[in-house]
Amino acid sequence: MSPATVAQSVLDAAGPQAAAIEGLWWLIFWISVGVFAVVMAFLTWAVVHRSDRPTSDSSLTRWVIGGAGATVVILFVWLVASVWVGRAVASPQMSNAVTINITGRQWWWQFEYVDTLPSNRFRTANEIHIPVGRPVVVNVTSRDVIHSFWVPNLHGKRDLIPGYTTALWFQADQPGRYRGQCAEFCGYQHANMAMYVIAEPDNDFQAWLSAQRQPAAEPGTERQQRGREVFLAATCPQCHSIRGTLAGASFGPDLTHVGSRSTIGAGVLPNTAENLIRWVRNPQDFKPGNKMPAHDLNDADLQALADYLGSLK
Amino acid sequence: MIEKELPPHLRIDKAELEKTWDDGKGLYAWLAAVNHKSIGRRYIVTAMCFFVIAGVLAGVMRLQLSRPGNDLLGPDLYDQIFTMHGTTMMFLFAVPVMEAMGVYFVPLMVGARNICFPRLNAFSYWMYLFGGIFIYVSFMLNIGPDNGWFNYPPLSGPQFGPGKRSDVWAQMITFTEVSAMAVAVEIIVTAFKLRAPGMSVSRIPIFVWAMVVTAFMVIFAMPAVMVASTSLILDRLVATQFFNAAEGGDALLFQHLFWFFGHPEVYIIFVPAAGMVGTIVATFSRRPLFGYVALVLSLVSIGFIGFGLWVHHMFATGIPQLGESFFTAASIMIALPSGIQIFCWIATMWGGKVTIKSPMLFVLGFFVIFVIGGLSGVMLASVPLDLQVHDTYFVAAHFHYVLIGGAVFPLFGALHYWYPKITGRMLSETIATWTFWLFFSGFNLTFFPMHLLGLRGMPRRVYTYPPEVGWGLMNLIAGVGAVLMVLGVLSLLINAYRSRRLGQVAGDNPWGASTLEWATSSPPPNCNFFAPPTTSSLDPIWDDPPDQPVVVGLRSDKRDVLITSVLDAEPDHREIFPEPTIWPLLAALATTGLFIGSIFTPWAVVIGAIPVFITLIGWFWPKTPTEGGTQPWPIEHRTLPMPNEAPAGGAP
Repeated sequence: MSPATVAQSVLDAAGPQAAAIEGLWWLIFWISVGVFAVVMAFLTWAVVHRSDRPTSDSSLTRWVIGGAGATVVILFVWLVASVWVGRAVASPQMSNAVTINITGRQWWWQFEYVDTLPSNRFRTANEIHIPVGRPVVVNVTSRDVIHSFWVPNLHGKRDLIPGYTTALWFQADQPGRYRGQCAEFCGYQHANMAMYVIAEPDNDFQAWLSAQRQPAAEPGTERQQRGREVFLAATCPQCHSIRGTLAGASFGPDLTHVGSRSTIGAGVLPNTAENLIRWVRNPQDFKPGNKMPAHDLNDADLQALADYLGSLK
Repeated sequence: MIEKELPPHLRIDKAELEKTWDDGKGLYAWLAAVNHKSIGRRYIVTAMCFFVIAGVLAGVMRLQLSRPGNDLLGPDLYDQIFTMHGTTMMFLFAVPVMEAMGVYFVPLMVGARNICFPRLNAFSYWMYLFGGIFIYVSFMLNIGPDNGWFNYPPLSGPQFGPGKRSDVWAQMITFTEVSAMAVAVEIIVTAFKLRAPGMSVSRIPIFVWAMVVTAFMVIFAMPAVMVASTSLILDRLVATQFFNAAEGGDALLFQHLFWFFGHPEVYIIFVPAAGMVGTIVATFSRRPLFGYVALVLSLVSIGFIGFGLWVHHMFATGIPQLGESFFTAASIMIALPSGIQIFCWIATMWGGKVTIKSPMLFVLGFFVIFVIGGLSGVMLASVPLDLQVHDTYFVAAHFHYVLIGGAVFPLFGALHYWYPKITGRMLSETIATWTFWLFFSGFNLTFFPMHLLGLRGMPRRVYTYPPEVGWGLMNLIAGVGAVLMVLGVLSLLINAYRSRRLGQVAGDNPWGASTLEWATSSPPPNCNFFAPPTTSSLDPIWDDPPDQPVVVGLRSDKRDVLITSVLDAEPDHREIFPEPTIWPLLAALATTGLFIGSIFTPWAVVIGAIPVFITLIGWFWPKTPTEGGTQPWPIEHRTLPMPNEAPAGGAP
């Protein structure tokens, strides 16, 4: 068994929301351990003890009422703690927040960075960057079926329901690369609908933002030029967009800066030239049932295409 | 109280009575049977078959998930399998098997000769069987449902769920809900009107109380899921837009309707098991149940509060926080009556002398597992914590702990407890001990790691996972546990099979229990009791005096049944109960045709109604008075004669 290299975990909080919830978890965990031990002790004693004088009903009544009373107290403590933490993690702090619109798609994530200046808005897919220490507000919805946005290191989940747009806020207090995954069954490739949230210092984040706002880089080499021609001539523009070219469809992920992402296929494959070729040749090999068809391109064209897409950083 | 010597003019002609209540032999008789014991046995066997099938499906899932990136099952087949596993366990096993135990034992425990509405009872079994066959034939034909047992739109709607898969799911629901509601009605009326004289409400056995509470929950909860599933079929078949946001519908509407049923559903499964636990604890502590009133009130309050929890399945949908807090409070609150029951059962054991035979062994397993499940449930009641672990394997761990711990363990205990009564033979205690330990250890090995898997980020309903997330080891351990559980269930089936012939003969009351089913032979005669009992206590066999009166004067040549009053079980009137008849089966076949046809065309409802109507005419064709009919026969007096007296006024 290979050891875990990604800790997509509730118990590995990297932000205040997840930390508050993790604290709540440990509270109820230890209460539960205690309750279980006490109940099992009473049960064992009840089964095992033998006495010639059976315990009187009035004595048993006192014990049961005591147990009920202790239960009420413990449950009330838990209720208060839950509601308190619930309010704490839900209250929005809008000052200096980064706003991202998230739309769930079968089976990838569409992210749109919101800005008051329309020309600063841009779309990307499957991977986002956020600044450490600043709140992030996501407005979530879905274009098809119900999905669920969940990055356990940062916060609890929120369902993406068509017809509803709801807001969720979270924050990362430590830099890192956090994996999230769709958490509401959404069809064939629900299992392979992952995303990455990269939290970095604000300066790095601003640099990333500026780069993402630019249209796609012009091809630098002949092979990349060839790759762009392949892209535009094949069926790719029917689903994908690359800002700065004529490809503008939004059925599939935006590829303007696909070279800057660490995975392709919503987390299914690391983003390397080799994988790009295998993916484009037949995505069904890696994500059977997903909506991208196979492509009958020759090896030279595929290499050129991979080169071009890799250059879109 | 068992078989008393009656004076000659009151003596019962046992041979004639047995012949009157005999449903007959042969295939036709089997199809036309209306005796609750035959139908109860069929229900139990059918439900256990579905349990085994669904268990095998789970085993295949465990195999697929035992290592990352496994390719035993692709997503299409995996999705069908997890859907069939959940659907079978919830609709075709858990609820029907509890109903089955009620169908068999409620009439016996209240001292009645049959369940109320025997033909409806037969009808409900056939509807259940045909619904189960329908969904499994569809599964074999590759048109089985594949969107989970809860089948949310829009994924299950017309746009994203092509073909007939979701329609099959939705209509199977209709079959099983019709069946469940029919049984619920029978249980309530049997428990209210067919009790032995003297069995006032404060003397109703705890298992009967549990079944009555369950039956009321069924009646209020099932319609909600029928509305949900029917609306889904309408969206898919005739372009209604209930769940389509683009046309003014709402995907969340389905969730509300489904979970308004779905939460009481799990209490429908648990409450009968709680009744079984109480029964077994009392018997094996050799003392009456402690806190009978508290236990009954706990069951009733669970029945009520259970309807106020449903939104805790929807905490992640983004609905307003204030509303969510209400459901947190209710979900936490229901732990109180559950806890009180646990305390009362422990108090019963503490106040008595516990002997551990196989039924009690399973009940002890129940305590360990169900308490863990209840604690994880309280964890899930908290909104912020639920937002992290909702839709992960933590939830899967929780509900398997409460369902297997809280329902299957008591069920296995009850099967070991009541097998002697049903068959007349004891199960092997040695094999039963193996069953327990294999199943208990396998269960914990499979499901405890799932708590950790959920906390470590593994969502539900995924057909595979990548190696880098580190879930492989725990999934492998879970797979090993599954093997042990399979062996455990296998040993139970072997035990049940071989004990039919090789088991020790049981006698009337091998456990020395106190309730009325043990006051007749094992298995019971066709008429249940040659002399229907009366009672003056909560534990009839332990506490009734040796000269406790029996009911006399009922006819032996007709299926004559005494109906009593609701609160005090005073004799009220008599009725002639139905003889075996083929019409319930025919009505079920006609209804099946209507249901299946209506997922293909709405005209099936109209055209299919005609055969249904015809079969109902046959069913309800009135009997002439000479055949006995259903005219109530008033009794002339209300006091029961003592055995050495002639009755005042004479019996007919």
